[in-house]
Parts: sequence; structure tokens; C-alpha cells
Amino acid sequence: MSSFAQVGAIARRSVVRTLRQPASAIPPLIFPVALMAVNAAGLDSSTELPGFPTDSFLAFALAVPFIQGALFSTMNAGTDLARDIQTGFVNRLSLTALRDSALLSGQLTGVVVLGVVQAVVYLLIGVAVGVDFAAGIGGIAVLLLFAVIVSLSFGAVGAYLAFRTGSGETVQAMFPVLFVFLFISSMNAPRDLIGIEWFRIAATLNPVSYMIECVRSLIIEGWDLQALALGFGFAIAIGVIFLTLATRALRLRMTRT
Amino acid sequence: MTDAAENGIEVEGLVREYRKGPRAVDGIDITVAPGEIYGFLGPNGAGKSTTVHVLTTLLPPTAGTARVAGYDVVKQGPKVRSVIGVALQEAALDPLLTGRDHLRLQSTLQGVPKHQRRARADELLHRVGLAEAADRKVQGYSGGMKRRLDLALALVHSPRILFLDEPTTGLDPQSRGAVWEEVSVMNREAGVTVFLTTQYLEEADVLADRVGIIDQGRIVAEGTPAELKAEIGRPSVHAIPREEKDRAAIAAFLSRYGDPLATTRDVAVRLRDGLGLADIVRAVDANGVDIVDLELRAPSLDDVFLAKTGRTLEGATEEAEAEQGPARS
Repeated sequence: MSSFAQVGAIARRSVVRTLRQPASAIPPLIFPVALMAVNAAGLDSSTELPGFPTDSFLAFALAVPFIQGALFSTMNAGTDLARDIQTGFVNRLSLTALRDSALLSGQLTGVVVLGVVQAVVYLLIGVAVGVDFAAGIGGIAVLLLFAVIVSLSFGAVGAYLAFRTGSGETVQAMFPVLFVFLFISSMNAPRDLIGIEWFRIAATLNPVSYMIECVRSLIIEGWDLQALALGFGFAIAIGVIFLTLATRALRLRMTRT
Repeated sequence: MTDAAENGIEVEGLVREYRKGPRAVDGIDITVAPGEIYGFLGPNGAGKSTTVHVLTTLLPPTAGTARVAGYDVVKQGPKVRSVIGVALQEAALDPLLTGRDHLRLQSTLQGVPKHQRRARADELLHRVGLAEAADRKVQGYSGGMKRRLDLALALVHSPRILFLDEPTTGLDPQSRGAVWEEVSVMNREAGVTVFLTTQYLEEADVLADRVGIIDQGRIVAEGTPAELKAEIGRPSVHAIPREEKDRAAIAAFLSRYGDPLATTRDVAVRLRDGLGLADIVRAVDANGVDIVDLELRAPSLDDVFLAKTGRTLEGATEEAEAEQGPARS
């Protein structure tokens, strides 16, 4: 049997599972939008600061849900896999002809599908509230490609945690840690306008800032190659590192002969 | 190479040690002929599930060899997996998927040709009595339904050898009977070799062609249920005193006719050779012993376990649970 069929079967299960538990499918969609709405209402006046890159805070903030939604994907991928380990479902899969790589790829394909659906929803919300996409249709295509890569990379983080620990509780315990990366980033202000020095330094050292700025550049600036290179670069680097770690952890977890 | 090695199961000197624990399996030899139902009987913690995990390639053995359908479980894991069906102790089903979803996933991963998958799923769902519940999420299934779905999943690729790890533990008698019936039919009609672990004496007695009794990682007895019981040979007599205060006197009286047995509900002895129920009835009548019931029992597999280990199977299970909690068996 082809790896493609195996990946498809696992991905289908991942998507079906998510769709059948609204409590897991809806918050990743709603919560980032709600946070964006609250921030836009409270921080709209910051667009009047000298040097703020746009006069629409919604346009500025629209990048955040893309990354926040992907962080939720991390948790979904991780907790789903950890639960499969705890319940013995991974043993069931181990007893089939499933290749190790197909399990990981299938699970992550499911995460990517949901990540792209989320991204499309955020794009439509942006259009509905009157945000202009400075990079045009081509920029939207690149944004969707970026959503694929970010979902894959963060999904790999979740998969690694799951295979390494085998515990859904541990994976969920990492959620606040990952959110710290989101909040100590340039999510609410351009880095050069952050007044508190340690915060600015932390945001500059934080890869999540560059991912947000990558999306933001496509929405409010057009084609900023440096922002794109940094955003894609960090997303791909995280993906490569954690896919490697997740593959190793999976090999240890599926100890079949 | 023997027929069993080619088509059944052949195990020699199998050992499995856990890093910080005792030897879960301590040098066992097993031969299961093609088409045979082999019952692997023992209390919790005896090494049954560990043996199944090794034979199904989920755990490498520490020492010894094992061949399943002619394939070495260490060197030819993928080949072994392609010819076996497995229902492990935990049904491990996804509560959010339906029974049909499970069969679709399993048949895809087991390489069942696409055009056969739907018909195969329908056939198996019908066979295990889940046709009506096929499109319901598993989270609404009863324990018996989950076990039957698990069995269907193990059969999806028409395996030659089926491993069932305590398939009826925790089931009500009706569900237990349904699983027994399905295992018998598969074995009889499709010639599937079955390796069945159980801690239920009745299950081994009813289903298995041959039984291996395992205790503390070692096989203590092996044979057909009839052979094993014949080793014990003598039946036992069980008497229920009318008055509890007479228990000691009745025990002393019965001990003249056989070796006392450790029981809690009644007073029992294993009869000496040549004695029968009629002898006891006559003696009870002649001596005016006041009892409400007197029963002759043929030797059971529990008697075999008792004779080989000095403990009853139930007692051994309770001991194991007291020592380590309801643990790996």
C-alpha cells in the first residue's frame, strides 16, 4: 500500500476527530478573533503614534490570529497523539502496515488542513471588516502558504511533545509556555515602538515576532522581502528541528520489531 | 521446519525482562498447530500479555526465539504483522469515530484493496452484530459492542492467526457468549489459528483445543483440558453443613475419604482412588452427618492450577492485584 494512502487515512481521521468535537474545533477559530477585536478596540489609538505603519489597527492586528490559531494547532496535534499513546491506539496502528513516517505525516496533514481552513476564515473576516491586503491576490496565496508551513511547524512541536512524554496533560501544560512566546512578541506594537527595553529585546529575540511581521507585511505593506525571508526562515527552521525530533521520538515510541 | 513453525506458532526459551522488574516471561516453550485454539490461562501478572506483545512484535524478547506463521518475530516483524490479527486487552478505539470509520481506517492501513473495503466492512459489521450501530460513534457503544468491534478490526485483512488478549474480561455473560461464538465460528469455518489469553477457567475450557497454564512467567502445565483434568484424576466431594458449628466435625469426617481442599463456602475433599459419591452418601447416612447438600465435582482447570502452583487461580489473581494493583498480565 502506498504511503500516500496511509497518510490520507490518518489525516482524514485527524480532521474528522476535530470536526466531531466542537469544543476543540471552535475555540481555535473564535478565541483569536475575539482577542483581536478586544485589542483593536482598546489599542486603536496607538495608530496615532508617530511611525505606526498603518492607520487601521485591525489591519495591523489581523496577523495575530494566524499565529495564535497555529499555536492552538500545536496543542490539538499534541494532545490527540498523546491520547492515542495513552489509550493504546498507537499500538493498534503499530500492528498494521502503517509506516512510522506516515503516522506523523498523516497527523500533521490533518493539522495543516485545519490550519488552512482557519487562515481562510481569518482572511474572510479581514475582508468583511474592510482590511485591504496590500500584497493583493498573490500576497493572499503566499499568506496561505505561510499558514501551511506555520501549522506544520507548530504541529511538529506538539507531535514531539506527545511522542516524547506520551502524556496529554504534559502537552497541555506546555500551552501557557507557548503563549508566552505570543504575548512577548510584536503582536500589539511594532518592535521599534515598544517603550520598555526588556520587552523590546525579548520581542526581538522571539521568533514568533518575525512570523507575525511576515503576515503583517503582506497585509499592510505589500512585498517586504526581508520580513518574508525572516518569517519563512524561522517557521521552516522550527519545522525542520521539531520534525527531526518528533521522528526520533516516534521511533522510540513505536517499538515494534 | 515443523508445520507449526510454518503456519502456527513456535516459541522456544522465550524470556522477557523489564528494566526494573522481574522476568515477566521466564523461558517458555509453546507450540500451536495451524487451526488450533490455544488457551493461555493464568492470573493477573503471570506473563500472558507480555507473551502476546512479544508474539505480535510489539515487544522484542530478551532471549529465546519465536516464529509466527513461519516468520521470526524479531527479524521479520512486518511479515508477522501482515498475517496476524490482534485484539489487545484494551480495546483502544477512538470514541469519536464510528464503527464503520474504524473499519475504513483499519482496512486502508492493512492494505485491503480499495474496491473491497466497503463490502468487507459491511460483512464484518454484520458478522459481529454491529450493522445497526455501524454509523454511531464508538463513545456510545457498550463494553460488549466495543469488544466485538475490536474483533472485527482484527479480522479485516483475513489473518491466518488471531491473538486475543483477554477478549471477554469485564463483559456480561451474554456478550461473553457472543465473543466465544464468533471465535469458534472463525476457527471452524476459516481455519484461523487462535492464541487466546484468559483468566477465566470456563473460557479456556469451552474454547481451547489445548491450554497452557502460566504462573509467574513459567508454563506450569500444558495439554488439552481433558488431559489436564485427567492428571488430577480424582473428583472432589463438596458438602454444605446445615449448621455452621458442624463445619469442623464434617471436615474431620470427610477427611477419612480424601485430602481436604481449601474452600470457603463448603467443606470439600479430593476423593481417594476407588471411592465414589455412593460411598460418601452411605457413610453420611450411616453416621447421621447433618448436611443440606452433597455434590460430586469432576476435576476443573482450577484444580489443575491448584495442583501445579499450590494456589487457586482466583487467589493468585487477588494476590497479584494486592501486590501490584490490577497490572500487566
